[in-house]
Amino acid sequence: MGDIFSYGFMINAIYASILASIVCGIVGTYVVVKRIVFISGGISHTAYGGIGLGYFLGFNPLFGAIGFSIMSAGFLSVMRKKKTQHEDTIIGIMWAFGMAAGIIFVNLTPGYSPNLMNYLFGNILTVPRSEIIMMLILAAFIMLMVTLFFREFQAVTFDEEYARTLGLPVDKLYFLLLIIIALTTVLLIKLVGIILVVALLSIPSAISIKFVKSIGQMMVMSVLLGLLFTLSGLFLSYYLNLSSGAMIIMTASAGYLVSNFIHYLKKKSYIKGIN
Amino acid sequence: MTNAVEINNVFVKFESTLVLEDVSVSLAQGEFLGIIGPNGGGKTTFLKVILGLIKPDSGSVNIFGAPITRNRNLVSYVPQYSSFDADYPISVLDVVLSGRLSRSRMFGRFSKEDKEIVEKSLELVGMQDFKKRLAGGLSGGEKQRVLIARALAKQPKIILLDEPTASVDAASGKNFYSMLQKLNEEMTIILVSHDIGAVSQNVKKIACLNRNFVFHDSKELTHDMVEAAYHCPVDLIAHGLAHRVLQSH
Repeated sequence: MGDIFSYGFMINAIYASILASIVCGIVGTYVVVKRIVFISGGISHTAYGGIGLGYFLGFNPLFGAIGFSIMSAGFLSVMRKKKTQHEDTIIGIMWAFGMAAGIIFVNLTPGYSPNLMNYLFGNILTVPRSEIIMMLILAAFIMLMVTLFFREFQAVTFDEEYARTLGLPVDKLYFLLLIIIALTTVLLIKLVGIILVVALLSIPSAISIKFVKSIGQMMVMSVLLGLLFTLSGLFLSYYLNLSSGAMIIMTASAGYLVSNFIHYLKKKSYIKGIN
Repeated sequence: MTNAVEINNVFVKFESTLVLEDVSVSLAQGEFLGIIGPNGGGKTTFLKVILGLIKPDSGSVNIFGAPITRNRNLVSYVPQYSSFDADYPISVLDVVLSGRLSRSRMFGRFSKEDKEIVEKSLELVGMQDFKKRLAGGLSGGEKQRVLIARALAKQPKIILLDEPTASVDAASGKNFYSMLQKLNEEMTIILVSHDIGAVSQNVKKIACLNRNFVFHDSKELTHDMVEAAYHCPVDLIAHGLAHRVLQSH
């Protein structure tokens, strides 16, 4: 076990896992209670267009991903307000458009693009120090917003219509929430990749919602579960020499199954207690 | 004195269906209006128009002489309890506290005063012992009372209730109406329900709504009103009511 920490990339990978778990636990809680897992998937896949654009124009693809995902969040908020089309239809179109745009940009880029798979499925071992710092800034921004608007986000995710009758700026708060989700998916892209982002965002919160009594508790439990899944997935991928992103999702999925079993036992013993 | 609610010639259309047609009504402060009508007759839409959640295609709505956007803090709403997400991890106390939020008080935390008002609201509906409980685990009637407490936490001048007794049995329904009558001493109440009997016994004024608003500024429910609202002959027999709400016929 000693030698694993002697690699610089492994230390960076651990930092990235910790940051990702914290943000995922907090933002994933809103994603799960507001039932917008599919929206988060749409936003993360649209980000692929930005990654392609980054390759094509020669800047850090992550900046392209931030631009595209925030644009998709804005587009979704506007279309939601206009109600001209069902939200899921728009998400589906955006999802495919983003992927297509990404691939075309990569096609247009001269030369071979070996890192493409890293963005689709993640490769935590390729996260450089500079990107850790970028992740840190994103995470700090997300935590600041959630701290500032904790009560308002709770009101909007619990009962949107009632929040409107209170005079809260519901559409703006919802847009801010989507921006936070967009930034979170970007932050997770290097860790688990675009395709697997949704799982890491939703699984820890989907487990904790069954065991908690408040949004705050749900966030804390989701962060702890995220740490468990990302770190154990990371070590397993190192020792088994398998893809880190896929391994993390595997441990998370296994955790989800186990949690369902525990929840079932808890319910059963509760019913027994009543009888 | 300005009227609590003043609605003039309101029309609401969804797509091409007319939901509210030329609705006008004025309510003085301290009124208790019951609105009955069939499902799909526009009762909830009517409430949402007052709340500013639905913008009428034409006509005007004023709350104490000003549009709802300026007087939002005066009106509170009790939605049907089924609007409640049972899986959401939130305590009864936090649900009621959320009623203290408003645009001008964004950021920060709830004050001691907020918490005292919330305690009082919970006591008024008899839910003070439930405040630590998960809101999603309550029975229908209990959820309803929590939603009323949330509406009261705003300290409104007008309170709108949408089918509040839908899940309440007859005995607790009686308690429920005596609670409303107590609230009515301090605020104007508008209640919609399809429960003709209970409504007509407990309100001060009654109206029928089925796209058109039939209102005689009294609590007498006439045959014509009900027939107009339900578009079919209705037999109204007044038997054993505490006081007569139906004209003799």
